[in-house]
Amino acid sequence: MHQLWLIPAFPLLGFLINGIFGKKFSKRAVSLFAVGSVLLSFLWVVKTLMAISPLETLYTEHYFTWIASGAALNIGFDLSVDRLTSVMLLVVTGIGSLIHIYATGYMAHEPGPNHGGYYRFFSYLNLFMFFMLILVLAANYLLLFVGWEGVGLCSYLLIGFYFVKKSATNAGIKAFVVNRIGDFGFSLAIFLIFIQFGSLDFQKVFAQAGGLADEVQAGVITATCLLLMVGAAGKSAQVPLYVWLPDAMEGPTPVSALIHAATMVTAGVYMVARSAPLFNHAPIAMEVVAVIGLLTAVMAATIGMTQNDIKKVYAYSTVSQLGYMFLACGVGAYSAGIYHVMTHAFFKALLFLGAGSVIHALQGEQDLRNMGGLRSKIPVTFLTLLCASLAIAGFPYTSGFMSKDEILVAAHHHSPAMFWIGVITASMTAFYVWRALFLCFFGRYRGSAHPHESPLVITLPLGVLALLSILGGFFRVPVWLEPVLGKAPEGHDPALVIISVAAGLIGIFLAWLFYVAKPGLPDTFARALKGLYTLVYNKYFVDEAYDAVIIRPVVDGSRTVLWKGFDVGVVDGIVNGVGSVSRGVGGILRTLQGGSIRNYAALTLLGAVLVLAAVAFTGGAQ
Amino acid sequence: MTLLDALIAIPAAGFLITLLLPRDNPGLVRNFTLFVSLVVFLLSLGLIGPVQENPGVMHFETNVPWIDYPAIRYHVGVDGMSLWLIILSTLLTPICILVSWNYIQKRVKEFYAFLLLLLAGVTGVFVALDLFLFYVFWEVSLVPMYFLIGVWGHDRRIYAAVKFFLFTMAGSVLMLGAIIVLYLKGGSFDLPFLLDSMAKGGLVLNPGQQFWMFLAFFVAFAVKVPLFPLHTWLPDAHGEAPTAGSIMLASVLLKLGAYGLVRVCLPLFPRVARENADWIIGLAIIGIIYGALVAMVQPNMKRLVAYSSVSHLGFVVLGIFSFTQIGLDGAVYQMLNHGISTGALFMLVGYLYERRHSLEIADFGGVSSVAPWLSVMFVVTTLASIGLPLLNNFVGEYLVLQGAAQVNFTYAVFAAIGVILSACYMLWLVQRTFYGETPHEVAHHMKDFNAREWATMLPLLALMVWMGVYSQSFIPAITASNSRTLDMTRQSAVASQPQAPGPLARLKEIFHVR
Repeated sequence: MHQLWLIPAFPLLGFLINGIFGKKFSKRAVSLFAVGSVLLSFLWVVKTLMAISPLETLYTEHYFTWIASGAALNIGFDLSVDRLTSVMLLVVTGIGSLIHIYATGYMAHEPGPNHGGYYRFFSYLNLFMFFMLILVLAANYLLLFVGWEGVGLCSYLLIGFYFVKKSATNAGIKAFVVNRIGDFGFSLAIFLIFIQFGSLDFQKVFAQAGGLADEVQAGVITATCLLLMVGAAGKSAQVPLYVWLPDAMEGPTPVSALIHAATMVTAGVYMVARSAPLFNHAPIAMEVVAVIGLLTAVMAATIGMTQNDIKKVYAYSTVSQLGYMFLACGVGAYSAGIYHVMTHAFFKALLFLGAGSVIHALQGEQDLRNMGGLRSKIPVTFLTLLCASLAIAGFPYTSGFMSKDEILVAAHHHSPAMFWIGVITASMTAFYVWRALFLCFFGRYRGSAHPHESPLVITLPLGVLALLSILGGFFRVPVWLEPVLGKAPEGHDPALVIISVAAGLIGIFLAWLFYVAKPGLPDTFARALKGLYTLVYNKYFVDEAYDAVIIRPVVDGSRTVLWKGFDVGVVDGIVNGVGSVSRGVGGILRTLQGGSIRNYAALTLLGAVLVLAAVAFTGGAQ
Repeated sequence: MTLLDALIAIPAAGFLITLLLPRDNPGLVRNFTLFVSLVVFLLSLGLIGPVQENPGVMHFETNVPWIDYPAIRYHVGVDGMSLWLIILSTLLTPICILVSWNYIQKRVKEFYAFLLLLLAGVTGVFVALDLFLFYVFWEVSLVPMYFLIGVWGHDRRIYAAVKFFLFTMAGSVLMLGAIIVLYLKGGSFDLPFLLDSMAKGGLVLNPGQQFWMFLAFFVAFAVKVPLFPLHTWLPDAHGEAPTAGSIMLASVLLKLGAYGLVRVCLPLFPRVARENADWIIGLAIIGIIYGALVAMVQPNMKRLVAYSSVSHLGFVVLGIFSFTQIGLDGAVYQMLNHGISTGALFMLVGYLYERRHSLEIADFGGVSSVAPWLSVMFVVTTLASIGLPLLNNFVGEYLVLQGAAQVNFTYAVFAAIGVILSACYMLWLVQRTFYGETPHEVAHHMKDFNAREWATMLPLLALMVWMGVYSQSFIPAITASNSRTLDMTRQSAVASQPQAPGPLARLKEIFHVR
């Protein structure tokens, strides 16, 4: 036993201590428990991974039976690790630690009682770490689902952290409910897996998946994989369930970085990669995954180009990058997808934390139109954001370049069209990220705050992440994952690399042209393409469509048709009708309802006893 | 007298003694009834050990004649299924007494006396093995609840109480009729005797008789569950009942119906039950979705929780009529889960009412800012109620849905929609009540938990976590008892041998496309 359970147990303990007693603690004590527990978890991850290596197959620890019914169903509280898990564990606890440290600085000056809910923030954050680690360590689908729903809960709590604000709690509910729609698909997949394989343990399910070759099983596995993808689309914000993620930016910025960029939203990618043995037998489902990923990548990128809120730009960027990861999984390059999960965690967490530093410096300003010229005022933030922007634009040998290249090559292997759409998206990505960078740091300052550089607890994590964003690609994840997820398609074509690098550089150049060299251009374009611009700026009116087509009809219908119509109108109408008829005929109820309850009850009891006695005696007489 | 007899006799005696206590000393009444209910609770824990040793059979059985002619026997016993339902009842009674501590100010004596009588009645239903005795306890449990609503309820209490009485009475008259016909045919009210005699061919009912008698029992139980569309008494009863009344109603009384289905309907009429499972499951699934949708648009908190009960109990009926071990285990476990989490919800709503004197959601807002612990407990209970993993309801819902999916995947597809909707109505309730700006009236009256309120909350909280994380403390006993029930229903079932299906047919079979 390597005591894997300790990995999630540390943050759970941190959650309990801060959650129950945190109100009475000083900020320093809260930070100590919150950051300490995650650091311990990180150290334990490192220790166990080194002890268990080489991790080529699942190493599982069984603790107790969680749910059992008869001989057929037995679901254990089992944790396991292999190489796939190891990458996720290191990202979650490593980035998690950095963001916890950052947050002790970022959340230090919240207004309101109890230091603005400082202890509450960190207890939620620790609870998130617990569930995320359960998700990653789970050895069966149902336990994975525990983490899956649990991180959703923490996301809900943290998006709605400023619970006095209506827009924040609305966004929290939206996130939870949309995720539930995804979880609907995931849970149906779980039922199918159990019916088909008689178990939910990864090892047992995957062992059987290889042996089932005939058409029947293929059909069931395809259905299962499609349902799993519904779940993944909810958690990882893919079309058509991506709508909650941009709204989730209502949460404090460290939350956006940790949950809505680096870790939780990649859970869907992890789940698909984990289920690779199933997906490999379901080519149709894989095609669907690839197409959804690509579609999401393009759509979100176009929206990202028009947004003015710095966090919204990065949010759509996250949706888009997640699309890349699904594209990778869909074309069979799972390891490239996980590679991108890791590098994206580096540069996207950095983008958000950097944005947080900007917002912090500007006393809460998030609108890019009110920024500008901050390069000299907050130089450390600028330099780190520059690193992240280089990485996401795919500048050669940065981390983003390495993983994106891997994905695009695999996509080309599968279908050149997918490669080209991916390249165009890469160009758009470079454009909107650099647009944000230019609007924020170049030109003239357009706001009225007095910007100041953030303290060391904030800039230190930025520095570490900047280093990882540039150099992190040299952790060759696909090679490490080969024993678990198989070999990625061979054949590095230098032409493809050149094309994708060029696409990124073109994006950067256009952003420079539009926002530094010729600042009048964007408006000219927006005016020229007014219809298209309005459509994209308003995010294709998808939220409005959902509201008009689904939410309103359901709520109004429930109120007027079901409740007032059927319940009160039809059923009660019949009952009251019968009641009044019997009243008219018997006349007994009328007198009783006029009298006191005591009489009524006594008479009813008496009546009941008489009926009983009468029936009993006639029964006996026969 | 066995321990089981004492569990009925002590609260019954407590009821009588309480009525004799002086009217001008409500403190004495409260302390006395609390003491009695705690004693009963502690004694009921004594059932666990012996029953768990062999939960498939009856324990603590007493079988003595009560009335010679017609032969009505006092025949009681407890097995793995009734065990936890009894303990649920004995646990919730002292909690209800504590909940009412300040809330009930008029006719204090009668109120607490009725709570004890209610406990005696429901315990009697859970242990009775003679059908006539079952019926008597069934009626005994009805009367105190009628008074709890009618005397101590809100403004429209009389209407709600009468409606409750009429619905339940209409059902139980049908049940009584069926019990008498069974007696005429089988010569006994004794359930095990009747089952034995059916199995050996001594008691033969033609299909028509079986159908009508099944229906009579079924309607009586379905009203109580309540199954759509017989549920409309429930929102009124809950909306008007005092807090303790709502807790007992939701947590225990509704379970009498579901318990009756498993204990009486399935074993007595297995063939009819299986033949009619399709439309019953249809109603259950309609109830799951319908209850959730109507809950979503309720302006009144208690009615919202009441409609959520319609939705949750739909899962229970779905599990029962799936006729699978997994589904049935889930259904029985879900009865307990619903008792804990919905009981807690009604309790918390009651605490909100005591402070703000309103049940309209629109009168609240921002409670989190002024009563943080109350809010935390409400949110945790909400999460339990909407089936968050590691809390109790998840285990039950998963088992029910997994069982249903095994019979017909479409069932699971539709029922799982209820899981999505539960998040909508509960989180929306939480948002409107606890988040946002705090209106002056709320800020002024909303105090956080006091010690007594903590004492009522913590046991329920502990159970939500325990039952969600370590269900193995509870489920094995249920499984053993259910597997025996399922065996009984299988005796008449004929196993058909389907031909080996082609791939498309197999897919269709799994998704039940016709």
